Amino acid sequence: MYDVIIVGGGIIGCALARELSRYNVRLALLEKEVEVGFGTSKTNSGIIHAGHHSPPGTLKGQFEWSGNQLWGDLAKELKFGFKHIGELLIAQKREDLQYLENLKKQGDSRGVTGLEMWGPKRIQKEEPNLSHTILKALHAPTAAVINPYEACFGLIECAKQNGLELFCDHPVQSIKRERDNFSIATPRGSFRARIILNAAGLFADHVAAMVGAKTFSISPRKGEEYLLDRRLQGIVTHLIFPTPTATSKGVLIIPTVDGPTMVGPTAEDIDDREDLSTSYSGAADVFAAVRKTCPAISERDTITEFAGLRAVSESNDFIIKRSPVKNFYNIAGIQSPGLTAAPVIATYVINMLRDNDLSLVKKQTWKADIDGPPRFAAMSPKDRKAAIHKDSAFGQIVCRCELVTEAEVLYAIKHGARTLDGVKFRVRAGMGRCQGGFCTTRLMDLLAQADEIPLSEITKRGKGSEICIQRHDIIPKKDDR
Amino acid sequence: MKNQMRKNYSVIVVGGGPAGLAAALGARQAGAERILIIDREVETGGILNQCIHSGFGLHYFKEELTGPEYAERFNQQVRSDKITILTDSYVLNITPDLKIEVISKKHGYLNLRAKAVVLAMGCRERTRGAIRTPGFRPSGVMTAGLAQKMVNMKGVLPGQRVAILGSGDIGMIMARRLILEGCQVVGVFELHPFSSGLTRNKVQCLDDFDIPLHLSTTVAFIHGRKRVERLTLAPVTTDYKPDLKQSWDIQCDTLLFSIGLIPENELSARLRIKMDPATGGPQVSSTMETSLPGVFACGNVLHVHDIVDFVSEESHRAGRYAAELALGMRRPGDNITLYPGENIASCTPHSLSSDREQTIYLRVKQPVKDATLKIGNRYEQKFRTLVPSEMVKLSLPPKVLNHFFGEQLRIEVSSEEGAQ
Ligand SMILES: Cc1cc2nc3c(=O)[nH]c(=O)nc-3n(C[C@H](O)[C@H](O)[C@H](O)COP(=O)(O)OP(=O)(O)OC[C@H]3O[C@@H](n4cnc5c(N)ncnc54)[C@H](O)[C@@H]3O)c2cc1C
Repeated sequence: MYDVIIVGGGIIGCALARELSRYNVRLALLEKEVEVGFGTSKTNSGIIHAGHHSPPGTLKGQFEWSGNQLWGDLAKELKFGFKHIGELLIAQKREDLQYLENLKKQGDSRGVTGLEMWGPKRIQKEEPNLSHTILKALHAPTAAVINPYEACFGLIECAKQNGLELFCDHPVQSIKRERDNFSIATPRGSFRARIILNAAGLFADHVAAMVGAKTFSISPRKGEEYLLDRRLQGIVTHLIFPTPTATSKGVLIIPTVDGPTMVGPTAEDIDDREDLSTSYSGAADVFAAVRKTCPAISERDTITEFAGLRAVSESNDFIIKRSPVKNFYNIAGIQSPGLTAAPVIATYVINMLRDNDLSLVKKQTWKADIDGPPRFAAMSPKDRKAAIHKDSAFGQIVCRCELVTEAEVLYAIKHGARTLDGVKFRVRAGMGRCQGGFCTTRLMDLLAQADEIPLSEITKRGKGSEICIQRHDIIPKKDDR
Repeated sequence: MKNQMRKNYSVIVVGGGPAGLAAALGARQAGAERILIIDREVETGGILNQCIHSGFGLHYFKEELTGPEYAERFNQQVRSDKITILTDSYVLNITPDLKIEVISKKHGYLNLRAKAVVLAMGCRERTRGAIRTPGFRPSGVMTAGLAQKMVNMKGVLPGQRVAILGSGDIGMIMARRLILEGCQVVGVFELHPFSSGLTRNKVQCLDDFDIPLHLSTTVAFIHGRKRVERLTLAPVTTDYKPDLKQSWDIQCDTLLFSIGLIPENELSARLRIKMDPATGGPQVSSTMETSLPGVFACGNVLHVHDIVDFVSEESHRAGRYAAELALGMRRPGDNITLYPGENIASCTPHSLSSDREQTIYLRVKQPVKDATLKIGNRYEQKFRTLVPSEMVKLSLPPKVLNHFFGEQLRIEVSSEEGAQ
């Protein structure tokens, strides 16, 4: 019996888990995928938005700036990469200039610091590779970048160390009310809880419907993103936003926290909540848009691409409230700036719980910091020497494109990575220009050794995505004798 | 090997594949004393170790060997020449004054010095991302080289029903290999109107096993959320755009990419060596020296070869020149520069010296029949056919080269019939 069960381990579920782990509550998180963060929270732009974008009078507007301000400390405590690179929102047409002015006013009145209008000279000086047709740009120094999956891993690691029980590969299939409690069924056992926090992202309406608390519906909006070769690292140093259109923020240029530049996303309403496919038209749209702001970027520079799905609700705003079913809370429709807002959404929800049903007593032993994974690529030569001296596995490079050592892979496996993608998103092995061509078999060996399983049981991201088969698995063709 | 590594070397070879091994032997033959080969794998031999098929050595040894056998010939010579090998070790950085930073599980962090460095890091495969194949991201999508490593080194199979995109040599060899393992190969699909691998591989690996090769065709969509389930294939128009109206689907659980190789020049890029965009490798002189004095390049890091025999030949030469430099011999600078003209995709080296015989490697852009290769306005050679997938090797004696002294020399290919 748990006091609180969180359904869904995206950035929202992970932030909730860590925040709740401060208190004396029995806490569990149920996640459908084999790792946390493998829903929308893995496949986004990784931007901690500057604070001025979202309109006032919405929850988005309320949480964008307050969320923004929490990420610096979070990154320090949870040891993930965070870079305050700032943003330039550019105007290439006369009629866009008013939009920039309005946005500046909106930000200033909210208290967003450092907003500044730049003219062509300043823009050329700071970003010489941008198109020369830019009239003005609004500089927002508070914008930052992170790896969203690293944030999920850090948050959950911290929550676990403070008592969270994490159950990955546990999709919630049905929920029953049993007197004052809920009984939650998964294919791998059932769970009982007094309070449910529904943070199931794209499936939040399905989960709400399981207890008759569906007051909204979710429809997916796809965004395709294209990651460019490290050769283009530094082509721009700020986040570059075009002036948005009525339907979308537009195609951004994103200097990711690890260095490589990324471009995207598209915005396309679709029906299928699991359609993470990329398309010819997506690529064409992204690069056509980017060419207008930064002509030196071409589709030939792509090393990989992916798509993410925004969970859009009818209101187009976050839904964060008690449902008609007592003790069942929906935290849904968390589209952009959901990542940015996640840490304040968590405290907001906890205040809601406190006001309602839950007595929250702080733990004496709560620890805000985690040790965090080692990062060989980021070490100084002196630290590298010391690391290899202490543990020779640091002397063994596994992924040469991203300079990842065996020691880091072993650490990731020890801390929960069970799949190739799990390792990849924790340590970057396989994320570089060769896209796993060289390190895949090595990573499979390490995973197989750790779990003492055959290579054919290693998956990319959970059952059904096995990487290879054994010779004896071959089923002979009918006409073969 | 002793646990204490020596710090100073005359020649350090980065990479212990066929290029690195031959370069080290070349350096020894030219009289260099302290030679070191550094490789990141557990043993030298590079990609040859996973190429268990035969067909290596026809030019170099005049006999047909498997990849591992070919590598072993060189390994044996390296051992008997007492060349030091540092495996399981990774070169982090090379400085312009030839200090080399290495990490190794066994030796920790090493700072080495060399009088000459030979770059022989090889190449990597182009991946799905490079051509932005639309669709899902299931497992079962990988490069042909990775599949080869799985089958030949790990004893597992990438899947049961396999499609191959790209008719590169590794793809065609894997098509045959997988058939022999009991898999089905549903087809090889090639964007270009011609095969991008060696003719002998098309005949021996595809034709002999009744594997269809679909030219001017590409994968337009990968279906399957967890594992590849199906592909949408489409013919391409002359500008290589898929014609989706004529597309069709095919069932399979695996898609291998064999769409080309890229020289691995990350170390060279950090050294700010001058590169040739046509080859993806460094620009080199007739002594295989890059724009940075003391740094040489050879093998697939310089330009992607089709056959290892040429790699060995070229690399042996590079090693000899590196040793000469380490021993204090500097040859006079080159006196002829070379550049690609009509229907030439690339040529290496980038400059020549008229004082000795010179070897030139080049590739054509488009296949041609009854071709005439022209160098400057004085030298011509006829070829029955020239195709992009088969590198051309030319040897020019000083007698010919003397005519070109001081010239900027253009190489071009023309044909009476024009491009076919
Ligand atoms: C292309 C793109 C770019 C974006 N860029 C940014 C940006 O730069 N900055 C920003 O602030 N925001 C951005 N966003 C928005 C941001 O990604 C989301 O707001 C955020 O990730 C939502 O987190 P979540 O936890 O609600 O959802 P998710 O990450 O989807 O988490 C929901 C989890 O619930 C699990 N789940 C579902 N059903 C069940 C079940 N039945 N049982 C158990 N578990 C279940 C899922 O597997 C999933 O892990 C972007 C979004 C997209 C699509």
